[in-house]
Amino acid sequence: MMPLEVENLTFAYDGRSVLRGVSFQLMPGEVLGLIGPNGAGKSTLIRLAAGFLRPDRGTVRLFGRPPAHWPPRQLARWVALVPQGAYIPPTFTVWESVLLGRTPYLGFLGVPRQPDRAATRRALEWVGIADLSERLVGELSGGERQRVLLARALAQEPRCLLLDEPTTHLDIHHQVAVLSLIRRMAVECGIAVLIVLHDLNLAATFADRLVLLVDGMLVALGDPKEVLCRERLTAIYGDTVAVFPRPDDGGRPAILPRIGQGNLPAQGRIT
Amino acid sequence: MHSSNSSEPSHPNLFRQRRWLFLALGVGLLLVTATLGFAWGAVSIPPGVALRIVGHQLGQGSGPTDWPPAWETILLQIRVPRVVLAGLVGITLAVAGAVYQALFRNPLAEPYLIGVSSGASFGATLAIVLIWRLGRSGWSGVSLAAFVGALLATAAIYGLARVGGRTPVTTLILAGVAVNTLLSAATVFLMFSMQDAFQAMHVLGWLMGSLALADWEKVQVILPYILGGLAVIAWHAHSLNVLQLDEEQAQSLGVAVERTKGILIVAVSLATAAAVSVSGTVGFVGLIIPHIVRLIWGPDHRFLLPMSGILGAVGIILADGAARTLFAPRELPLGAVTAVAGAPFFLYLLRRQKREIF
Repeated sequence: MMPLEVENLTFAYDGRSVLRGVSFQLMPGEVLGLIGPNGAGKSTLIRLAAGFLRPDRGTVRLFGRPPAHWPPRQLARWVALVPQGAYIPPTFTVWESVLLGRTPYLGFLGVPRQPDRAATRRALEWVGIADLSERLVGELSGGERQRVLLARALAQEPRCLLLDEPTTHLDIHHQVAVLSLIRRMAVECGIAVLIVLHDLNLAATFADRLVLLVDGMLVALGDPKEVLCRERLTAIYGDTVAVFPRPDDGGRPAILPRIGQGNLPAQGRIT
Repeated sequence: MHSSNSSEPSHPNLFRQRRWLFLALGVGLLLVTATLGFAWGAVSIPPGVALRIVGHQLGQGSGPTDWPPAWETILLQIRVPRVVLAGLVGITLAVAGAVYQALFRNPLAEPYLIGVSSGASFGATLAIVLIWRLGRSGWSGVSLAAFVGALLATAAIYGLARVGGRTPVTTLILAGVAVNTLLSAATVFLMFSMQDAFQAMHVLGWLMGSLALADWEKVQVILPYILGGLAVIAWHAHSLNVLQLDEEQAQSLGVAVERTKGILIVAVSLATAAAVSVSGTVGFVGLIIPHIVRLIWGPDHRFLLPMSGILGAVGIILADGAARTLFAPRELPLGAVTAVAGAPFFLYLLRRQKREIF
C-alpha cells in the first residue's frame, strides 16, 4: 500500500489558485524532497497531505484512503507531521513535549506506559537532545525547538513522515545530522518521507527523488541530477545560480550562488 | 520569543518531580480545612468533637456521646452539608477554570466566560421576580431557574460562535462577552422593576454568591451533574495537554479536535451550571486557582486538574468559613470574600514570578 498518493491535486485559497493538477507517489523507504521557489505551494501541499485542507479537485490518499476517512488516532500512528516553526507552550518541558508524540498510543486516562517512555527516550537520543529533557521549551533556541518537534514526530513511530522545512534555524552541522537521521530512518526502517526543503543543496544531497513545484504546478519529478539541471535552474532562478556536478558524491548537483542581475525569467520559459 | 529573565530557578524542579506527594499533601490539607469548616460558626464546636460527632454518625465512633445534642443537629443538618457543598462548588469552579483556559488557550478564560454566570443570574432573578417556588423540593425554583438559565446562555453563545462547523476561539469569546453583557443588563432591568426592596436584596445576595441555604438535598441534586462532568473531564485530561498546541498539531497527534472540544464544553457547562445554581456567582476561584497550580507544578492536566480541584475546594471552604464568622451573625457574600482574598494573592504571585506562566 502506497504511503502517499497525490493525484491531479488542485487547490485554491479564496479563489487564488495555489496548486494545479499535481500528481506523484511516495513509496515506502523513500525520501522525497519537495522543492521550489517561495510561494510555489509546498507548505499547502503538506497541509493537504496531512488532511488539514480538503482538495478542490483531485485526491490525496494516505495508505490507500483520504486522510478524513481515517480515525484520527489510527492515522496518527502511521503518519507524523513536523510543521514549520510550530508553537509549543513555553511552560512544557522537552520531555513532556516529546511525550505528546505518544498520544495516539496512550490508554486509560492518558497515563504513559513503559513502551511510551522508551519511545520518547529513544526519540530524544536520536535527535541529540536527551540532555535537554528537563529543560523548559521557553528556554530553548530556535534550533533546539525545531529538534523537539522532530523528536515528537519520531516518538509517534510512524510509517510516513511529513516534514515542512525541518532544518530551518539549524546550523550546518545539525542540518546534516538531522537529515542523515531522517535518511537512516527511511533506509533502515522503511519509513516514507516527504520533506519540504528550501536549501537546494540539502535537497540534492539527501533526497532520493525530488518534486519541483513552480507556481502550483509540478515542473519536474525524479532523480536530483535530472531535476536540478543547469537549464532548469537558470529558467527558474535566472542568472543568480551556478550548478556543478559534485565529484565526491556521484555527480549529484551542487548549487552555488552567483552575482547576477537578479532578473527572473518569464514564467512561460519554465518547463 | 519566550525568555526567562527571572532569578528564580525556572527548571522543573522539586515541585514538578515530587508533584504526586504534593497532591497527597493537598488531600490532607482539604481534610483539615473541612474539619475547621465543621468547627467554625456562630456556635463554636471544638474540631476534635466535631470529628467525633461525624465519625459517630458514620458508624465509626463507638465512644460515649458526651456532647450537647444541639451540636449534633447543627453539624449534621447545617455545617457538614454546607462544607460538602462548598467543597463541590470549589472543585467544580477550579476544574472548570482549568478546562476553559486549556480549551480556549486563553489565560483569561474562566467558568463564567461562556455565559454560565450571567445566564444563571438572569434565571435566578427572573425566578425571584415571579416568586417562583415550584421545582423540586430541596432545590428551590431559584436554583432550578439558575441552572436552566446557565445552560441556555451557554448553548446560545456556543451556537452563535459556530462558523461553518467550527468554533473559533475569538468568536466564542466575543460572543460570550456580548451575551454576558446583554444578560447582565437584563438582570439589572429586572431588579429595577421590583417594587419590593427585600426582593432586590435577595437578588443582590444571590448575585454575590452565598452558601447560606445549603442542605443535603441540594448536595444530592447537584452531585450527579458534578461527578458526571468531572469524570468526562478526567477522561480527557491528556487531550487537554495536546490541545495546548495549535489545532493542526493536535489533529496530527490523533486528537479529534472539534469532537473533543464539544464533549468537554458540554461536560464542563453542566457541572458549572449545577454548582452555580446553588452558590450564586462566586468569582475568581476559577480564574486564579488553575494559574497558581500551573505556576508551581507546570501545565500537565493529569496533575493540574486534580490539584486545582483540591485547592479550589480548600479555597471555597475557607472563604465560606470567613463569610459566616467574620461578621457573625451576619454573613458576608461569598463572592466578595473570594475576590478580596484571591486577587491580592494572585497579584503577588504574578509579580514574584516575572515570567510567562501560560
